[in-house]
Amino acid sequence: MAHFDKAFPFSNKWMDQRLAVNTLQKVLSTEYWIPKNINFLWAMGMILAATFGILVISGIFLLMYYIPSTKEGFDAVNYTIMSEVGYGWLWRHIHGVGASLVFLIIYIHMFTGIYYGSYKRGRELIWLSGMLLFVTFSAEAFSGYMLPWGQMSYWAGMVITNLFSAGSLELNGVVEWIRGDYVPGQAFLGRFFMLHVLLMPLIIMALIVLHFGTLRIPHVNNQDGEEVDFEESAALWKAGRKKEAKIIPFNPVFLSKDVFVMGVYFILFFYLVFYHFEFAMDPVNFDPADPLKTPAHIYPEWYFLWSYEILRPFSKDVGLIWFAFAQVIFMLLPFLDRSPNVAPANRRRPFRCWFWLLLIDMVTLTIMGKLPPTDPTFAMIGTIAAWTFIILWLALPFITMKEKLVGGKK
Amino acid sequence: MKELKVLFVVILFTGITYYGVEPFAHHAMHKQVDANGQEVIYEAKDFKYPDLKAVTAKGDATAGKAMISACTGCHGIESQKIKAPMDASMSAGAYGVNPPDLSVAGAIFDEQFLMNFIMNPTHASMVEHKFKGGKVYPMPVVAPDAQTAANIVAYLKSIAPKMEEVTPKEAFVAACGRCHADRYGKWTQIGDVPTTKANIVTHQNPELMKFDVKVAEYQDHLAKYMGKLPPDLSIMIRARSEHFMEHFIENPQSQLPGTAMPRVGVNEEGYAKVMAYLEETGDPSKPKREAIGPWVLGFFFIFTFLAYLWKRSQWKDLH
Amino acid sequence: MSERRDFFGTALGAFTGLGALGALYAAKRTWDPLPSVKAGGFTTIDVSAAKENVLNTEMWRGKPIFILKVAKSDKKAHENKRLIDIDGDKFLVVIGLCTHLGCIPAYFGEEHSFKCACHGGEFDAAGEVTKAPPPTPLVIPPFKIDGKKMVLGEEGPEFQKLKADGLIA
Repeated sequence: MAHFDKAFPFSNKWMDQRLAVNTLQKVLSTEYWIPKNINFLWAMGMILAATFGILVISGIFLLMYYIPSTKEGFDAVNYTIMSEVGYGWLWRHIHGVGASLVFLIIYIHMFTGIYYGSYKRGRELIWLSGMLLFVTFSAEAFSGYMLPWGQMSYWAGMVITNLFSAGSLELNGVVEWIRGDYVPGQAFLGRFFMLHVLLMPLIIMALIVLHFGTLRIPHVNNQDGEEVDFEESAALWKAGRKKEAKIIPFNPVFLSKDVFVMGVYFILFFYLVFYHFEFAMDPVNFDPADPLKTPAHIYPEWYFLWSYEILRPFSKDVGLIWFAFAQVIFMLLPFLDRSPNVAPANRRRPFRCWFWLLLIDMVTLTIMGKLPPTDPTFAMIGTIAAWTFIILWLALPFITMKEKLVGGKK
Repeated sequence: MKELKVLFVVILFTGITYYGVEPFAHHAMHKQVDANGQEVIYEAKDFKYPDLKAVTAKGDATAGKAMISACTGCHGIESQKIKAPMDASMSAGAYGVNPPDLSVAGAIFDEQFLMNFIMNPTHASMVEHKFKGGKVYPMPVVAPDAQTAANIVAYLKSIAPKMEEVTPKEAFVAACGRCHADRYGKWTQIGDVPTTKANIVTHQNPELMKFDVKVAEYQDHLAKYMGKLPPDLSIMIRARSEHFMEHFIENPQSQLPGTAMPRVGVNEEGYAKVMAYLEETGDPSKPKREAIGPWVLGFFFIFTFLAYLWKRSQWKDLH
Repeated sequence: MSERRDFFGTALGAFTGLGALGALYAAKRTWDPLPSVKAGGFTTIDVSAAKENVLNTEMWRGKPIFILKVAKSDKKAHENKRLIDIDGDKFLVVIGLCTHLGCIPAYFGEEHSFKCACHGGEFDAAGEVTKAPPPTPLVIPPFKIDGKKMVLGEEGPEFQKLKADGLIA
């Protein structure tokens, strides 16, 4: 065994001898250097962590009273939790609004990364682990939406699992296997409850650790994409020359800005929880599931609408192919972008157009995805938007190959 | 400042997405057009039933009381100690549905509506489309002339309690409860769910089971009579917008053309009482939510302010 | 680190702590027994059909309740002040759980005695301990007499008197 000097139990020296707490503190906190040249968008990561934490905690209280049964689930949520449980309504509202807002912040966080080139050489794994988080959060949201067993739970479950029949391949056996039954029923509810409450959260937590891990060595990006010499700047900071240093420590400087932005976020969050929650708790899901009655309008939650819309304009099989394309293509961004420039989009000529077009296209797809498919004008806009999406991604390598080098090292 | 520009862009795109996905899309989904393709704009409802012919006869409550046996052949009036001749289950077997108790009818239903209803039930309740081709409406026309109708209604109004004394549940039971259950309020179409005790040895509760059988049989008759079982209203207040509820109750055909639900003819206060009951069972946390909201938001405003002070102190000498 | 910096950070931390207390209060209330559970805590028992020296078991708040119309022949138990007088008859109304470790004792009518199988404890027909190890008599639950009926869960005047005399446990 290694030699241990005497130290008072649980003192700083004692803990450092056994767990290297001082080194950990330096590496993860007080000497984890973040560039100074950042804006409030850099706080989105911590906001996501906080929102995930809120979802887990509110979920823990909901889990105490929820019953995963097609007969009892609806009333467990809408009667027991909403009327009987002390502050049950509060946890439910927090959980519903949180599930919606987490995706708003995910999209802001994602597009911040795309804009500033935070996926380029050295940071590919940050991007990939982040996209994997997007996929697992999507699975988590979908499985959670099944639990109240309302009309939308049932019919969204029906529609999305039907996708796995793979169009003309008619893999009905696969669909039945996923459901554990011919239609979404008790077996379906039970397994999605398991996914939502145990498996997906575990995977998410592991991916978050991975995401933080992949960020540590390349360090956080900055507004100009400048390659910062962290050793040099750290030395300046430690020498007390803080104005000249290009970096700040995570704790307490970066954290103080994070917490301020979080405060603003929480004002919005709780305003929605108390006063404006219908967008997150759609009225259609307050009708109990009825396998014999399809709602007049079936639509997913807003954050799935853009990819739902890519499915719609095409024939069954073609739609499925482009739908699969849409799920996967974002992951390939670090490899499709052929330019080595780490710079904000406004300094990369063709990429700048690509970025804003993509963003406007995603918003258009989202809105069209909610509108009924019967209106010819909206259907036309939706088709154009879907094709724009496909063309933008296919064109990306060609646009970026021609990109002029933006100053600084390659 | 650069950060404000960034904030503006984020708010702009979020706002456009929100607008498109919520107000705009819901408007597109629920748009109603008339025969010319013009969008129908509904005004707020005051529950006055202008389509019904105004009855000008002045009702005589005493004359109405003398006639009341024409009604109590099917209806009970609990406040006057008159029991309905058949219980709910037997009535459902005979008529399809249980005729309502008339104790609060004079308070919660519109006077003009009641008089028209007595003279021509299917017309006033807008279910003529359901009672064609030989199908007979269970309530006969007891008073084909306006004066008799006015007398009966005058009597009903004379025995009705004051509006302030009618509880939301009483209004709901009288106006809706014969067809609609409200399980969160422990209400079934045949009455409140009784408090029973299970056998502690066998763990069975035959008393409750017998009650459930009676409810099921009633619902059977009701579903046959109506064409489908009227939905449980426990959480309807969150499943439909205020706009829908107001227009639907005032005129069911306006929101669900062809529906078997009759226009029940509540007046404005009666409607308010019914909605109060629906809020009791469907959104009971509303008062608490509105009480706590300002405190939580206040907390976060102060939190943000303190966080700003901390941030400023940390970043002060860095630029 | 200058003094001023710590001040704002500490102030923020303390204020956040207040908020955390509020959240903890809400969390505590979430664990509270539900209203329907608390309402279920009242049981009405009708003793009019009770036979002498025949044990009836009811349930109250999930626990077994022994109702015994004490035999007049069991003189010692019959005189015990723990028994409840309902319409001239003397009743034992106790929670049917041995006060040692909570097993349910069985009643032996001929011997007018409750015997607990777990560790051999015994009680007489008035619920008093006649053989160790139980430390205290069988517990009398809160009750209220209403003619020939009894409501468990409510503290009626007779219960209050027993409580004042130190006889309920």
